[in-house]
Amino acid sequence: MKKSDHTSEQGYGTTGHEWDGIEEWNNPLPRWWLWTFYLTIIWGLGYTIAYPAWPLISQATTGLLGYSTRAEVAEEIQRVEAANADINGRLASVELTSLVEDPELTQYATSSGAAVFRTYCSQCHGSGAAGVQAAGYPNLLDDAWLWGGSIEDIHTTITYGIRNEHPDSRYSEMPAFGDILSDEEIAQVVNYVQSLSGASQDAQLAAAGEELFVDNCSACHGEAGEGDPLQGAPNLADAIWLYGGDFETLTETVRYSRYGVMPNWDDRLSEAEIRAVTLYVHRLGGGQ
Amino acid sequence: MIGYGNYVKLIGYGLATLAAMIAANYARDLAYQVHMILLMLVAGGLFLWTVRQTDEPVKPTPTNEYMDDVVRYGVIATAFWGVVGFLVGVVIAFQLAFPALNLEWAQPYGNFGRLRPLHTSAVIFAFGGNALICSSLYIVQRTSAARLWGGNLVWFVFWGYQLFIVLAATGYLLGGTQSKEYAEPEWYVDIWLTIVWVAYLAVFLGTIVKRKEPHIYVANWFFLSFIVTVAMLHIVNNIAIPVSIFGSKSIQVFAGVQDAMVQWWYGHNAVGFFLTAGFLGMMYYFIPKQAERPVYSYKLSIIHFWALIFLYIWAGPHHLHYTALPDWASTLGMVFSIILWMPSWGGMINGLMTLQGAWDKLRTDPVIRMMVTSLAFYGMSTFEGPMMSIRAVNSLSHYTDWTIGHVHSGALGWNGMITFGALYFLTPVLWKRERLYSLSLVNWHFWLATIGIVLYAAAMWVTGIMEGLMWREVDANGFLVNSFADTVSAKFPMYVVRGLGGVLYLAGAIIMCYNLWMTVRAAPAKAPLPTAVPAE
Repeated sequence: MKKSDHTSEQGYGTTGHEWDGIEEWNNPLPRWWLWTFYLTIIWGLGYTIAYPAWPLISQATTGLLGYSTRAEVAEEIQRVEAANADINGRLASVELTSLVEDPELTQYATSSGAAVFRTYCSQCHGSGAAGVQAAGYPNLLDDAWLWGGSIEDIHTTITYGIRNEHPDSRYSEMPAFGDILSDEEIAQVVNYVQSLSGASQDAQLAAAGEELFVDNCSACHGEAGEGDPLQGAPNLADAIWLYGGDFETLTETVRYSRYGVMPNWDDRLSEAEIRAVTLYVHRLGGGQ
Repeated sequence: MIGYGNYVKLIGYGLATLAAMIAANYARDLAYQVHMILLMLVAGGLFLWTVRQTDEPVKPTPTNEYMDDVVRYGVIATAFWGVVGFLVGVVIAFQLAFPALNLEWAQPYGNFGRLRPLHTSAVIFAFGGNALICSSLYIVQRTSAARLWGGNLVWFVFWGYQLFIVLAATGYLLGGTQSKEYAEPEWYVDIWLTIVWVAYLAVFLGTIVKRKEPHIYVANWFFLSFIVTVAMLHIVNNIAIPVSIFGSKSIQVFAGVQDAMVQWWYGHNAVGFFLTAGFLGMMYYFIPKQAERPVYSYKLSIIHFWALIFLYIWAGPHHLHYTALPDWASTLGMVFSIILWMPSWGGMINGLMTLQGAWDKLRTDPVIRMMVTSLAFYGMSTFEGPMMSIRAVNSLSHYTDWTIGHVHSGALGWNGMITFGALYFLTPVLWKRERLYSLSLVNWHFWLATIGIVLYAAAMWVTGIMEGLMWREVDANGFLVNSFADTVSAKFPMYVVRGLGGVLYLAGAIIMCYNLWMTVRAAPAKAPLPTAVPAE
């Protein structure tokens, strides 16, 4: 510290205090700083008069503008709902199969359905709807359907879901063959199932598995493994796998079975929303 | 006299060891059990150490000089925890970019969810806390011309605080958390910190009371407000009832939106009093010392100090805009945040203008450049903060990475840089070296850290605003256009840039550690000077 230098550039001296060699100038508050500070205080007072702010005994001041975040959101929701009320009514009442004949309705339902899908369905089926095979979430882009791919089938699946507690839920259950077949028999039937879609297999085991398949599996999956959408039995001959078609995954499926669940949406989405997302899924690529 | 004191200590340590053993035996969960074993080892170790000391000749404690040993330990702890905290930050940044780095074999301990509080607590409380404690203890002695009050009590503060850090960090990894942001440690760790903090207050206040200077220096006002307010915040936010005396789980007494409000009253003032007021205390000493110029304005320091501490405490509700919090509280939080803008900037002005007549040092002294850069980041964050508290801005920024960018420009820029400056100032002084080992390494550190912060903050601004806009994007019919996952995948490139920024910042800190180490080892010793003696 230069002791000679006892005037600041603003022309003020020090306070005369010193701590460990540190001194302090007696400079005044910067004008612009002080005025900005005053302005923010004045603005703050005005703002608290205009908006709900000061807590009183039984409630807070409501502000001159009558502003409320809840009212603002409610108003915005109401505005959109009112704007869409007519078209939602039409969407909910029109014959499902004739939905696509109305271009305006189709455009509306597709964009509404996309939003519903991204909000409620993408967590499992993926935001691109390609599913997650490792977790058994079906791909919705292809034309393989477990419970049918017509617009009515998809509508029923979305409305009531699969294997949940809703009384109208779609329901099927494959036995866990670990209690029924030996490990060797399971290996045989798995090889046979793989052979249905031409995947690599042990030909001997596969041949031995054919009879086991006819006896144990064909009642649901069909003689040729073609599946049955009426009871949610997957097609085993199309090389499309819900959980995976390699030997280990199929062995696990046969031994312990699978029990994928989808929620029912009838209590969470409106009929118009369900129809919109039905149309959206139907139009993703594989709708029948 | 001393001998008897040791016998009392031995009884205390023995009982503590036994109690920890019993608690470890009855433990209901892993975090608690590990902690009790740890406490048992600490108390047992102290018992043995005391036995060895007992009836040995006692080295007389010099009472006519400053108590700098504990400050030296604090400098080492600050540098150590800094590197640990930055390293964990880099790891979790890359975990967000590449989720596969949540390695399967390391679950659940190496999960992002457990490492994230480890990172925040390590940088705020371990790195920042040690920086505050050691620099405040250094500054209060110098500016009061008095040795620390309370004798060895300050050693309890130092080691007690390190024990708190270890308990908190291991608790997070083992799943012991009360899930309150920046207040994650469970009840017994909170109680321990309270005891340590009160001891810290006693040492600090005791030293001020016995000062030889007629006035209390401005840095000490800020430190005192930081210590007192943090004690109040910590106690109120952690009022909880343990489920069992032998388990880590506890239940908060506040519920619902009251709990949220208490939490953000705490959370925001942890920023206000820990990361702002405390660090302003550091700034008010190290900048005038390094610049060798008087503080710009005494009047400004008074006005902005009182305005800052009065206004900050009300700003918390801006963390809860558009939630269950009533509108009136949200309005007040926003208004107080905006009025807080100038009081916050008062510290920046006072620091920057202190360089009046010494601006040329920015070219020649990388340490002062670091301190000035820290003030620039302080100014940016304290403008950005009030702006983000405006309800309309918050509706875009809230829950996005913009918030993450904001806190990091403050934490890396302001808290980090001023701490590095302080460490570069303190190390040669405390180890009695003529100068730092290498100023060119300080330069490297400066540029690595600055570029790192710019990459980090810019990446988070871009990605945060993009994310906010994507969340609210609707089509002509009013329907949402993007799914949440769409926004996550769109952020990937910015997550990588952020991780790289972190790597640069960490690299700078490692260079600093090397430089400080070599300063102690290899820099030329300073010729002993007759120092001003604080008479006892």
